[in-house]
Amino acid sequence: MKKPKIDKTPARLDFIQSATGLILALFIMGHLLFEASILISNEMMYKVTLMFEGYYFFGERYPGIISFLAAAISAIFILHAAVAMRKMPSKYREYRIMRKHTASLHHEDSSLWMIQVLTGFAMFFLGSVHLYGMMAQPDQIGPFLSSVRVVDGHMAPLYLLLLFSVVSHAFIGMYRLALKWGFMEGKNSKKSRKIHKFLMRGFILVYLVIGSFSLAKYIEIGMTHDFSDGETYHSQTIQMESEQ
Amino acid sequence: MSEKKDGHQLRKLQVDILRFDPHDPDDFPHIETFEIEEAHGMTLFVLLNEIREHHDNSLKFDFVCRAGICGSCSMLVNGKPTLACRTLTKKLDQHITLAPLPLFELIGDLSINTGTWMRGLNERLETWIHDKEQELNVDALEERMEPDLADEIYELDRCIECGCCVAGCGTIQMRPDFVGAVGLNKIARYHLDPRDKRDNKDYYELVGDENGVFGCMTLLGCEDVCPKDLPLQSKIAYLRRMMLRTGLKG
Ligand code: HEM
Ligand code: SF4
Ligand code: SF4
Ligand code: FES
Repeated sequence: MKKPKIDKTPARLDFIQSATGLILALFIMGHLLFEASILISNEMMYKVTLMFEGYYFFGERYPGIISFLAAAISAIFILHAAVAMRKMPSKYREYRIMRKHTASLHHEDSSLWMIQVLTGFAMFFLGSVHLYGMMAQPDQIGPFLSSVRVVDGHMAPLYLLLLFSVVSHAFIGMYRLALKWGFMEGKNSKKSRKIHKFLMRGFILVYLVIGSFSLAKYIEIGMTHDFSDGETYHSQTIQMESEQ
Repeated sequence: MSEKKDGHQLRKLQVDILRFDPHDPDDFPHIETFEIEEAHGMTLFVLLNEIREHHDNSLKFDFVCRAGICGSCSMLVNGKPTLACRTLTKKLDQHITLAPLPLFELIGDLSINTGTWMRGLNERLETWIHDKEQELNVDALEERMEPDLADEIYELDRCIECGCCVAGCGTIQMRPDFVGAVGLNKIARYHLDPRDKRDNKDYYELVGDENGVFGCMTLLGCEDVCPKDLPLQSKIAYLRRMMLRTGLKG
């Protein structure tokens, strides 16, 4: 007997949601570390910037590469948001039911999900502003230029909110991903869940600390550095042809 | 009140019960408080009977087996769905709140009708062995099964349809058409069973959508409240992988 064709869409959407979430989370893990290069030195952050502009591969700087990366991440970001939106409470009534439920159940994992929904919603705005900035002004990145944007461009409060949103959202998301698909579940799922949760907490803590310190450093540079020489950083070791 | 045995100090319990009779047009949901002397080894079953015998004989609640087997006594104890007959008062604070499980039809006070809901679920998911040939031949010997597999199936068959996982699931509160962990567990159980001849596509038809396994948001309320400790998280993940593979292959 010939069976009617099954509707593959729900399976695909769930897969896309998880895959885009995972890519974004891995991206964020790298991104925040690269940003933290400022904690080592201005020179280090400058070198990381040069690397992403392709300087070490082509011998010249192409900020367009950063635009391209930002556009690619934006595309994944939009796709993820579009697909994950299905899961958000779509009416106030649903939101209220869920709030009441999590409040009366005192259940940590349900509350974690609420955090994901709220931070996800916040990132619609916070993430979009940041991503657009990077696409539009890819040549305005560097130890001094970034600090100027953070302080004089008034991005500091937005970055702080974005940092807390993205870090909690990403690692709660990874925790949920592992349980959802049974990743490294092992024989005893209660035990592996504890380990996953421990890792989630650890990563959230470590990344919040790293992120906050980096942001504080950019703020410090933006407030204290004397920019009378211009806002572009001049390396002692790497001489650009255009600067000679 | 100050008598001690097994190191537990007996207390005067304050029990708040959410009461409502939906069949009485003049009634409205309200909290009624009872003060009960705790006894040794007291369960909520004993406590509720104490209330009915000595305080208010109109209080409605259900018990059958008193041993965690029938699933009739599920209720919200301090907000958490669980079996009242297996809950010892000494594990709870002196102040206890009891309420009926949400989502199910309310008969009155703590008494709910899970039966209609569960029957609907079983019909919708066709939770019985599907096997055309065997249906005709009742005299044939049953196929043999590996003991490990039989154990695994039995483990999932321990579900008593108490509805705790339904009450503990935020997803199903928001979206009542979701099948819930009890339904997904049943599908996982028949999927394991070699006597059931349904293939992955048949199961996909049943749970391969937003009301089925892809609707589950992994909040794990179900896993954390199931009084029979069924491996719900693990079985839902298994079903999700299976259904994803089926869905991507087509
Ligand atoms: C506008 C931005 C975003 C929105 C609206 C959003 C929304 C959501 C929602 C509602 C969920 C829960 C889905 C569910 O419970 O099934 C989710 C899951 C997830 N999100 Fe986001 N998110 C956004 C951005 C991000 C970013 C930037 C990252 C990574 C850094 C990320 C990583 C994840 C991960 C890993 C999951 C788990 C995926 C899954 O359960 O399949 N999200 N997102
Ligand atoms: S899965 Fe557990 S909580 Fe759910 S109905 Fe069965 S026994 Fe009750
Ligand atoms: S994991 Fe969460 S969403 Fe899925 S069935 Fe259990 S409680 Fe419901
Ligand atoms: S009375 Fe049967 S499970 Fe509690």
